[in-house]
Amino acid sequence: MSDVSAPARLMSDAETDTPARRLRKPPRLPTEESPLVRVSLIGLAVVLLLAFLLLPLVAVFTEAFRQGIDGFVEAVNDPDGIAAIKLTLLVAAISVPANLVFGVAAAWAIAKYEFRGKAFLITLIDLPFSVSPVVAGLVYVILYSTSHGVFGGYLQSHGLQIIFAVPGIVLATIFVTFPFIARELIPLMEEQGTTDEEAALSLGATGLRTFLTVTLPNVKWALLYGVLLCNARAMGEFGAVSVVSGHIRGLTNTMPLHVEILYNEYQFAASFAVASLLAALALVTLGLKSLLELRYADELAAGRRH
Amino acid sequence: MRTNSQPAAATEGFPMELDIRNIAKDFGGTAALHGVDLHVASGELVALLGPSGSGKTTLLRIIAGLEFPTRGQVFFGEIDASEKTVQERNVGFVFQHYALFKHMTVADNIAYGLRARPKARRPDEAEIARRVETLLDLVQLGGYGKRYPSQLSGGQRQRVALARALAIEPQVLLLDEPFGALDAKVRKELRRWLRELHDRTGHTTLFVTHDQEEALDLADRVVVMSNGQIEQVGTPEDIYDAPASPFVFDFIGEASRIPVTVKGGVPFIGDRAVSAGSGRRAPDGPATLYVRPENVLVRAGAAGEGIPATVATVHRSGSSRRLGVRIEGVDAVVEAIAPAEGLPLQVGASVAVGLRAPGVFATG
Amino acid sequence: MAIRFVQPSVIPGFRLALGFTLAYLALIVLLPLGALVFRASELGLSEIVSLALDERTFKALEISFVTAFLAALFNVPFGLLVAWVLVRYDFPGRRLLDAMIDLPFALPTAVAGIALTALYAPNGWIGSYAAMLGLKIAFTPVGIWIALVFVSLPFIVRTVQPVLAEVDREVEEAAATLGASRLKAVWSVILPVLTPAILTGFALAFARSVGEYGSVIFIAGNIPYVSEIAPLLIVIKLEEYDYAGATAIATIMLAISFVMLLVINLIQGWARRRFGRV
Repeated sequence: MSDVSAPARLMSDAETDTPARRLRKPPRLPTEESPLVRVSLIGLAVVLLLAFLLLPLVAVFTEAFRQGIDGFVEAVNDPDGIAAIKLTLLVAAISVPANLVFGVAAAWAIAKYEFRGKAFLITLIDLPFSVSPVVAGLVYVILYSTSHGVFGGYLQSHGLQIIFAVPGIVLATIFVTFPFIARELIPLMEEQGTTDEEAALSLGATGLRTFLTVTLPNVKWALLYGVLLCNARAMGEFGAVSVVSGHIRGLTNTMPLHVEILYNEYQFAASFAVASLLAALALVTLGLKSLLELRYADELAAGRRH
Repeated sequence: MRTNSQPAAATEGFPMELDIRNIAKDFGGTAALHGVDLHVASGELVALLGPSGSGKTTLLRIIAGLEFPTRGQVFFGEIDASEKTVQERNVGFVFQHYALFKHMTVADNIAYGLRARPKARRPDEAEIARRVETLLDLVQLGGYGKRYPSQLSGGQRQRVALARALAIEPQVLLLDEPFGALDAKVRKELRRWLRELHDRTGHTTLFVTHDQEEALDLADRVVVMSNGQIEQVGTPEDIYDAPASPFVFDFIGEASRIPVTVKGGVPFIGDRAVSAGSGRRAPDGPATLYVRPENVLVRAGAAGEGIPATVATVHRSGSSRRLGVRIEGVDAVVEAIAPAEGLPLQVGASVAVGLRAPGVFATG
Repeated sequence: MAIRFVQPSVIPGFRLALGFTLAYLALIVLLPLGALVFRASELGLSEIVSLALDERTFKALEISFVTAFLAALFNVPFGLLVAWVLVRYDFPGRRLLDAMIDLPFALPTAVAGIALTALYAPNGWIGSYAAMLGLKIAFTPVGIWIALVFVSLPFIVRTVQPVLAEVDREVEEAAATLGASRLKAVWSVILPVLTPAILTGFALAFARSVGEYGSVIFIAGNIPYVSEIAPLLIVIKLEEYDYAGATAIATIMLAISFVMLLVINLIQGWARRRFGRV
């Protein structure tokens, strides 16, 4: 065979030239890495993620059950603990629907119409995400504190208490969860355009009917997605709530604040027990979120950012 | 016996013949190519023509080393390239959507392959700049070096992609649907220009297209593919005038079909024997006759030589008329082209039909 | 012709929807932030600067910024690695790993804080091994850094992931046909396309880390001048009824938030102009 002794016209490093018939595994595809590189990268990523992300989660549950099931139940089934759970549920039950209504209204205005200053409005809606939770709490103190607040004198004279009370906690929670639902809906509704609504209106539907029967079904999964994330943050918020709460046991302590108090009192097992409830909520949230992403990927907005 | 240590610089850009031997490719159980053989002479311009899914792009990518065949070999000259990586093959590849590096200027795009060379063979920056200038002039984009791809038109991007592929002084130039993303007018201009460029640079060139006009107009030879196999290889004239299979008849140009019976090597329409055309033979039994509209000769009147038929449809089309002619005795309407003036052809008129250069292929 | 504020549309409800949106935005976000700016303007710039230059405050700001910067910096290669592995490779457990990336978003910060402390305290799971080597993690700036790496990792992964998924494979193939090795192709062709996403992710991670409170205060130990972060100092000033001090620190942090928002918008505008559709 002549090709064994052929001139090296391919490349200067043609010393790798081998007899044509020799069986060898073909080289890997040009857009792939070698199996060794591949396995190393996967391994490194998995190890780092397990160490940085999973280990803390494991620690929460391990510490929570350090004193067995009984210890866990005892820690959770304490009057202050129950009060904290109730308050957390109450705060979420107010702030999530409030942001839901806002999110739908904002998305409707932004996605279905063209008006000036739209981009600026979207930036303002995203603003609470880039504000430190502590600052978020502080601004409400500055506004509503009875002793130092801008409206302090008015509140004082009418006997109203916002800071160090439930209304302050709700307001701070609404602030930090403000953009969640709106930012899920806006890109999706922009993508969907207005043709469906125009069709419904041309068929004689009223505006409200169009919204309820056409717009809402189109965005229901994105809405649920936003509610899910909003709720997780609302129940778990710590910094902002901590500033406005006043830490009054049984009255203004949410679950995360209760975790802190127990921890600072060296009741570690009890603290981790309450924390494990919040961690479980986080896991359920992640599970549902992944499920939504898997099943309804097309019906969640494309190019969604977190 | 020559050694392998010959400096590459002496052979770079050397027009290279290409030999494809029994290439097959399976993608997870489905075969994209079944044993393709093809020889491309040095400096030849060859079109791979076929519908989507015919395996033409897969074949091109295997030659480039972007895919690896399940079996078979690719020879560049006398060197088996089958086990070479794409980096080692030194092919110029122009992608359908150009795949320009959009974060680099036009000049940096073109220089990329030169800068990617190992230090020993890398020209210095002054030499790279000089070569980039030459290539920009070659593709008629002098002065565009500092622009970004997003600032160019489709046709300009296409030429940048070509210049980038030529910069590495490839042994073979491979183009995947080079004009596919361009509008009709630009496509025609670039087609002519590419032919002239090829005649000047003399690269062995393969391009993939699904556009028969493009293939017939541009290529020295055309390879017609379907279902992972080569149907026919030949000059554009061969392919058009003497299609070797029913597929080629249908895919290239237009053709009408007439059911025939072959007896003793001679096709019969009903009981009338017709000339079988040149060189193609179908076994005795039922067969199909293919004929192009311009090869269907229509004469007025039922008398005389020819196959008796009636005019079924008449359409005026510019300077000529298109006729649909129903052949008597068989259920077939044949397309024909007749001059706009002259023959008094009305729907229902009796005519005699002659068939030139038909192809007869066994049915089924 | 006068430019209209809103394009005409047959769809009803614009006034109601926009009116409600603006009112709610004003009440929840703009009014409180405005109050902070109002109080800050009462203090005046020189007063804010002198409060910020108070040694303890300055040190707290420095610790916050340096640890946030280092955490975001570490998360660039870490986040790139994770995004690459999740987008490019298929392996058992990939979906689970992908879902896990959002854990820091979903896990309440206080829970993350006590969990990390349990791990890294000198008697903790990891901390005890570190202690044997004479290293202290919790109650030092290293502990703060670990907490910030935890909370800000998803920002980089989630901004890079979709961009990487959309990288055109043909571009990588083009680099290969031009002779570039795999490493060179990744470095010169893929990485530059990811740069805007990396920078955006970095800015988001940094902004989040600077303001982070819950996950840090447990592990930090909160030793003034050593491991006391700026958000905590705001809380301390509030507890001491030092509203001016709290306002000054908050104003500086709010200004940083605005700068980061601006930077992110500039990066994205630049990326759009530079990379356009090709």
